[in-house]
Amino acid sequence: MSVAVDRDATFLAGIRQIAEDVAAEHADDVDRQARFPVETLSALREQQALSAFIPPELGGAGISFEAIAEACLHLGRRCGASAMVFAMHQIQVVTIVRHLEDASWFEAYLRSVSEEQRLIASVTSEVGTGGDMGRSIAAVTPAAEGRCSFEKQAPTVSYGEHADDLLTTLRRAPDAEPGDQVLALTRREQITLEPTGTWDPLGMRGTCSPGFIVRAEFAPEQVLPTPFPAVSVQSMVPVSHILWSHLWLGIATDAFDRARAFVRASAKQKPGEPPPTAQRLSHLMSELSLLRAEVDSALRAFVEASQEPGRERLSTVAAALRFNNLKIAASEQAPRVCQGAMGVCGIVGFKNDTPFSVGRHLRDTMSASLMVANERIHHTNASLLLIAKDV
Amino acid sequence: MIEEIRSIIRDHARLPVDVDTLADDTDLYQAGMTSHASVNVMLGLEDRFDIEFPDHMLKRSVFESIAAIAAALKDLQVSAAA
Repeated sequence: MSVAVDRDATFLAGIRQIAEDVAAEHADDVDRQARFPVETLSALREQQALSAFIPPELGGAGISFEAIAEACLHLGRRCGASAMVFAMHQIQVVTIVRHLEDASWFEAYLRSVSEEQRLIASVTSEVGTGGDMGRSIAAVTPAAEGRCSFEKQAPTVSYGEHADDLLTTLRRAPDAEPGDQVLALTRREQITLEPTGTWDPLGMRGTCSPGFIVRAEFAPEQVLPTPFPAVSVQSMVPVSHILWSHLWLGIATDAFDRARAFVRASAKQKPGEPPPTAQRLSHLMSELSLLRAEVDSALRAFVEASQEPGRERLSTVAAALRFNNLKIAASEQAPRVCQGAMGVCGIVGFKNDTPFSVGRHLRDTMSASLMVANERIHHTNASLLLIAKDV
Repeated sequence: MIEEIRSIIRDHARLPVDVDTLADDTDLYQAGMTSHASVNVMLGLEDRFDIEFPDHMLKRSVFESIAAIAAALKDLQVSAAA
């Protein structure tokens, strides 16, 4: 146990250093140019952070899920886009590790992630499904010599052009129903990406997520053995919501810290007289506390339920509601905190070039309610609430 | 009981195929039942059999086939009688 705790602590110290020394320095440029945070990624690779969650027997560091979540928070405090790329990569890694079922192709693949620090992106959304990740149009299609292929129209692929490999949701076969999905992992050399759009968004600009038509040819062993619906409820959805909300909390925390620094600076100018903004800062702290409490409790609930045999509790309607609510609550609360911070800082928060600027924080967190649209999640919850008993 | 389950599936599961063509152990989700439709099946079962599925039974594996639903209903009726 203590070895694991030490390992986590060392990992997190390294992540904090990357956040402070690298991510923070380039965050404004990454945002301004809407460019990929190459410096952060290269520092993460150097620290073997891309294989942090992979078990030691497959070449990774065996870092705990809690530490991965905390790493997202630390990176989020310094560069939202860097944190999002890190988080999305970890979502794919955690998903594969939890659903390997001893598949030898995937074990070998994880070893190559550890050795080469390969970056994995996901292709889950698809044109024509109305944002429903539980349905696919593209299918695993038989190709020559026993191989498989697919063609998928993706409205966004986060850091698609910068990823080494892609994890893609597909129908199991050309005649399968839309909900009969599997996950296929394809390597860079097996993929072609045809860009279908540009990337000039309001926030999270460094994630570089335009649309593509993705084509790939691959071996049948590259399909994860566990069907996607089980992978989705037990891992991909809760892990996504937990890691995203940690990084949104990180961004909101930095916005709060900047507001606090602003109030302290004003207080020093007139000693003995608390500035009027101090009161607003106190209101803001209670908003931030709510966000922190929701994020913490969801992480604890997930880790607890993951330790049970078969992870059955994660498959229940109650669990789906729990982790859907985390996403909705955190994605609405994070921009609220950032906007509150701007209210405290006033014009120096609104300007992009002061120590108290929070414009990037506000813009980055405004993406939160859109990545998997909150209204779609509400639609699912509305249906689940009809049958759930004790929520 | 199996026939009643089949009739609820016919009414609520919105399958692209006729339920009579499915075996008792056919995976209903693979046959095209969406998560949304499965909630309607659960509600239909609760109404028809006058039972309530507790939270721990409200998961995919319990509703994935006619046989699985029948087993779950038997479990519930047994525990109600005890």
